[in-house]
Amino acid sequence: MSASPVAGAVWPAFRWALARDVTLAFRSRMELAVQLLFYALVVVLFPLSLPPDGALLAAVGPGVLWVAALLASLLALPRLLAADYHDGTLEQIALSPYPLAALVSGKIAAHWLTTGLPLVVLTPLFALPYGLEGEAIVVLAAGLALGTPILSLLGAIGAALTLGARGGGSLLALLILPLYAPVLIFGAGAADAVRAGVGAGAHLSLLGAGLLVAIAAAPWAAAAAVRIALD
Amino acid sequence: MLAAHDLAARRGFAQLFAGLAFRVDPGSALLVTGANGTGKTTLLRILAGLTAPTAGAVHWNGALVAPFDPSLRAAVAYAGHAPALNDNLTAGENLASLAALGGTPASDDQLRAALDTVALAAQRNLPARVLSQGQRRRIGLARLVLSSRPLWLLDEPVTALDAAGIGALTDLVRRHLDGGGLVVAATHVALDLPAARVAELALG
Amino acid sequence: MNWFKYASPASFYPVAGRLATAFAWVAAILAAIGLYVGFVVAPTDFQQGESYRIIFVHVPAAWMAMFVYLVMAVWSALALGYNTRLSSMMAQALAPTGALMAFLALWSGAFWGRPTWGTYWAWDARMTSTLILLFLYLGVIALRGAIDDPRRADRACALLTLVGVVNVPVIYFSVKWWNTLHQGATISLTAAPKMAAVMLVGMLTMTLAAWAYCIAVALARVRAIIIEREQGSAWLAAVDGVRG
Repeated sequence: MSASPVAGAVWPAFRWALARDVTLAFRSRMELAVQLLFYALVVVLFPLSLPPDGALLAAVGPGVLWVAALLASLLALPRLLAADYHDGTLEQIALSPYPLAALVSGKIAAHWLTTGLPLVVLTPLFALPYGLEGEAIVVLAAGLALGTPILSLLGAIGAALTLGARGGGSLLALLILPLYAPVLIFGAGAADAVRAGVGAGAHLSLLGAGLLVAIAAAPWAAAAAVRIALD
Repeated sequence: MLAAHDLAARRGFAQLFAGLAFRVDPGSALLVTGANGTGKTTLLRILAGLTAPTAGAVHWNGALVAPFDPSLRAAVAYAGHAPALNDNLTAGENLASLAALGGTPASDDQLRAALDTVALAAQRNLPARVLSQGQRRRIGLARLVLSSRPLWLLDEPVTALDAAGIGALTDLVRRHLDGGGLVVAATHVALDLPAARVAELALG
Repeated sequence: MNWFKYASPASFYPVAGRLATAFAWVAAILAAIGLYVGFVVAPTDFQQGESYRIIFVHVPAAWMAMFVYLVMAVWSALALGYNTRLSSMMAQALAPTGALMAFLALWSGAFWGRPTWGTYWAWDARMTSTLILLFLYLGVIALRGAIDDPRRADRACALLTLVGVVNVPVIYFSVKWWNTLHQGATISLTAAPKMAAVMLVGMLTMTLAAWAYCIAVALARVRAIIIEREQGSAWLAAVDGVRG
């Protein structure tokens, strides 16, 4: 018997995973809200730890918002695969005739839509208290729009590798955060560049290029990691 | 036709089994018995293609299959310990989702019919989290029916089922075998199947 | 030479022992020569005084930190591609050594920075990248410790290492860019002073010594890993000095 007729069907697989995960996310709206509240909390706490200097806040603003986004994304990562792993769905996903990378991509897309996108949308709101304005906010949001999908893509690999491993979220953070460094550098750097009067074109282009590479490579790495986790 | 040659498996540092060889023809069932920890689940996972054996090979319809082989994925319906149900989806939604995942999307009528077979028609719109263990297992059975796959791999299918549930399971298996399907089941409870169609493999 | 003959832990074990001893001697001798050249023979640098001598430790350590990661990645690729236990064991053996080299590079770099810049840490591109590299090593080590099943741990760590190796150049490039944008024309910590020939000789010798050291230690460690993971097998019980 040969492979199933759906073996190469990328789009239906992507759609299945995307629809399912978005539906599930909306049914646990509370969890999503808590993640956003965490982001808000970090953003609010930072200025309390710094001298109330407007120029200082504007200088650290982009960095703080980026790190907060990073941490919020990190917190949401286990949700990508853990529930499916524990209830047996992940095995069924891995055994599905559909391409695993496509299924995983759908899950990652759903994760970004429910975690990353809200962060991007809320950024202008949180950038104001830091005294960022106009173009800086736009570039910051654009950077986050390009960077948060990269976080979801890379994070999926980490989430898959740490399935069933001890150490949970902290281990995941240790594995993933070093890989996020370039995203952070270019993303926060973009807003800084705008504030310094230099253009952010190069930063955003690099982020865009990084996103393309991540889209091209991460789903396969994450699929391989899922198979390893089910071994 | 499923065949295994010289299968061996380890878990961590423990050797679970070695030198296993068997054959399952269309229309027959293999019941795997053994105490806890003897590798029944591992064997099923190897046959499903989830994990590689430490030695030996699995052949499906004459061709060697490696883990996650596409031809195996198209032929296997694997029912593991966890019934793959999400608490936030209803019974009907879970079933529809799993059917679509398997590449055989089910129409509303088919879903209803499948749930009828396992006496869960009334629970179709209830979220899975309010269902009992036995009911969750029965949804798993319904999934098997909808999957229209030739090879069923069942890990302790009798768990949490009451007498009616076991009856339904036996019926489904018998019908599957009648239709030329294959079944490999890890079970410590004897299933009421015609002896001519059943072979037993004892591990440990 | 049939390399695959040594692909089994059983046949590799004695070979590793002999090689480890040999490389340990090489490392010791080269280190003695290198340190002598570096600390006694090489002249005082007119710019940095005596403190520059730390490069005889710092630079070899930094190079080895990078190189060991690459070798680890090669073994990881072999492990995933050929499913050989020994490849995973070699990768497992290399990680702590690589981490040590990275740490040594950072530590010695700090002691170089103090007299040169007045600060122990200066966020220069190479040091920051090396710090991130250290975290990558620690991540691989932590992941291995967190997964119980040895085969799963092997493959997970192999995949993580490969994802890391792809990212290391990206990380280095991004940090370097960030650094040049922010620090402008500051003298880089690793812009070595104009090298007199004898300094180069010293540094090369120390690099070779570090290389031999890493090989020796990795081989010694892989022997311990083989013993731990092959416990219960017949060949191990027959080896002198090992309780099966």
